[in-house]
Amino acid sequence: MTSALWTHLVKDLRIEWRSREAINSMLFFALLVVVLFSLAFDPRGAFSQQIAGGVLSVATMFASVSALNQAWAREIRHQVLDAQRMAPTQGSQMFLAKVLANFLFVSIVQLLLAPAFLVFYNLHIQGNAWLLLLVLPLGTWALVANGTFFAALSIRSRNREMLLPLILFPIFMPALLAMVLATGSILTGDGDPGLWIKLLAGYDTIFTTVSLLLFDVVLNAE
Amino acid sequence: MKKLIIGLYALITIALMVWGFYQAIYVAPVDALQGEYYRIIFYHVPSFSAAFTFFSVSFLGSIGFLSFRRSRPEWAQIADAWALAGAEVGVVFCTVGLITGPIWARRAWNMWWTWDARLTTTLVLWLIYVSYLLLRRFVAGPQMQTLAAVLGIFGALDVPIVYMANRWWRTQHPAPVFGGDSSSGMAPAMVHVLLWNMLAWFMWGVLILILRYQVERKQQKFAAQEVQEALNA
Repeated sequence: MTSALWTHLVKDLRIEWRSREAINSMLFFALLVVVLFSLAFDPRGAFSQQIAGGVLSVATMFASVSALNQAWAREIRHQVLDAQRMAPTQGSQMFLAKVLANFLFVSIVQLLLAPAFLVFYNLHIQGNAWLLLLVLPLGTWALVANGTFFAALSIRSRNREMLLPLILFPIFMPALLAMVLATGSILTGDGDPGLWIKLLAGYDTIFTTVSLLLFDVVLNAE
Repeated sequence: MKKLIIGLYALITIALMVWGFYQAIYVAPVDALQGEYYRIIFYHVPSFSAAFTFFSVSFLGSIGFLSFRRSRPEWAQIADAWALAGAEVGVVFCTVGLITGPIWARRAWNMWWTWDARLTTTLVLWLIYVSYLLLRRFVAGPQMQTLAAVLGIFGALDVPIVYMANRWWRTQHPAPVFGGDSSSGMAPAMVHVLLWNMLAWFMWGVLILILRYQVERKQQKFAAQEVQEALNA
C-alpha cells in the first residue's frame, strides 16, 4: 500500500469518524427502504424468504447513492479536487482509497442492518449462511467501486446529485441480479449460488480494473 | 458532389424500402403456424441488427475519442461525432425493435413481455445507451466528450456480462413461453424477404447515421468558431 493511498484513506476515515454523516444517513435510509418494502409487499412466510435478498440489495443500492455523491461533493468545496489534481500522485490511488473507505461504510451499514432485517422478515437462513460473507462483500464492492467512479464522473454535471443513479443503475444491473439471486438461494436453501458468486467476482475484477485505468481520464477531463 | 451522392443514396434506400414493404406484405407466404402476424419479423429483426451495428459504431467512436484526445484533436472530434450519432440512431432502432417485439408477442405468446435472457439483455442495453445520451445532455462544457466516451466504454463492457447473467438465470428456470426453437429455420421465400428488408432498413439507418454525424460535425465547428470569436473579441 502506497503512502498516497494511505493518506487519502486515513483522511476519509477521519472525516467520517468525526461527522458520521455517511453511515448515519445510509443506515436510516436503508431502514426506511426495508420498512417501505414490508408495507408495499406484505412479506409473510416463504414469500419473505424469497424477496429478502432483493430487498436487502436494493436498500443498500439506494442508500449508498447519497453517500457516494457526498464523497466527491466534499472535495469540490474550496477547490480541493483541483488541488488534488495538481498533486504529483496518481488519481487511481485517491480513487482506490475512496472505494475502500466507502466499502467499509456500506459494509458497516449492512452489518448494523442485518439484525433489523432478520427480525422484520422473520428470516431463518436455510442455505450456507457463511456464503453470505462472500456474496455481500462482493456485491458491495461492485456497487461501491462503480458508484465511486460514476460519482466522480457525474460530479461534473449541472445537476450533480441527479445523474449518479441514472448512469450507475443500468451498469450495475448484472451485479444486482447476481447479488439478489445468490442471497435468495442462500436464504431459501435451493439452488446453487456458486455461479452467481463467480459472476460477481468476474464483474468486480473487470470493472475495478477498468475504473482504475480510466480514473485519471475522468479526473483530468476538460 | 457530396449532396448529390447522399441524395442518390437516399433515393435508392427509399426505393428499396418500398420494395421491401411490398415483399413483406404481399409476396412472403403466410406462415403455417403463425398466420399473418409473423410478418412483423421483417421489421423487428432488421431494427435490432441495425441497432447493434450502430452501438458498435458508438463504442468504436468512444475508444477513438479517448485514444486521439491528446494527439490528434481533429480526429477525436470526428470519433466523438460518430459515437454520438451511433448511440442516438442505435437507441431509435432499438426502440423500434422493443416496440415491435411485444406487439408480436401479444399474439404469439399471449403476453406482452417476458423476462427472458434476450429480452432483458436488450432492455438493459437500451437503458445503458439512454443513460449515455442523458449524460451528454447533463454535462456541460468540453469535458462532456471525455466523460461520455468513458461511459460508452463501460456500457459496451457491461453488455456481455448482462447477457451471460441473464442466460444463466433463465437456464436455471426455463421460460415456458418458448414453444418452438426460433433457430429451427425459415422458408427460403421468407429468408429472401427478410434479407431485402434488412438491407433496406440498414441502408436507411446508415443514411440517418450519416446525416446525424454531419449535423454534429457542423455543431462542433460552430461551437469552436464561437469560442474563437469570443477569444478574439
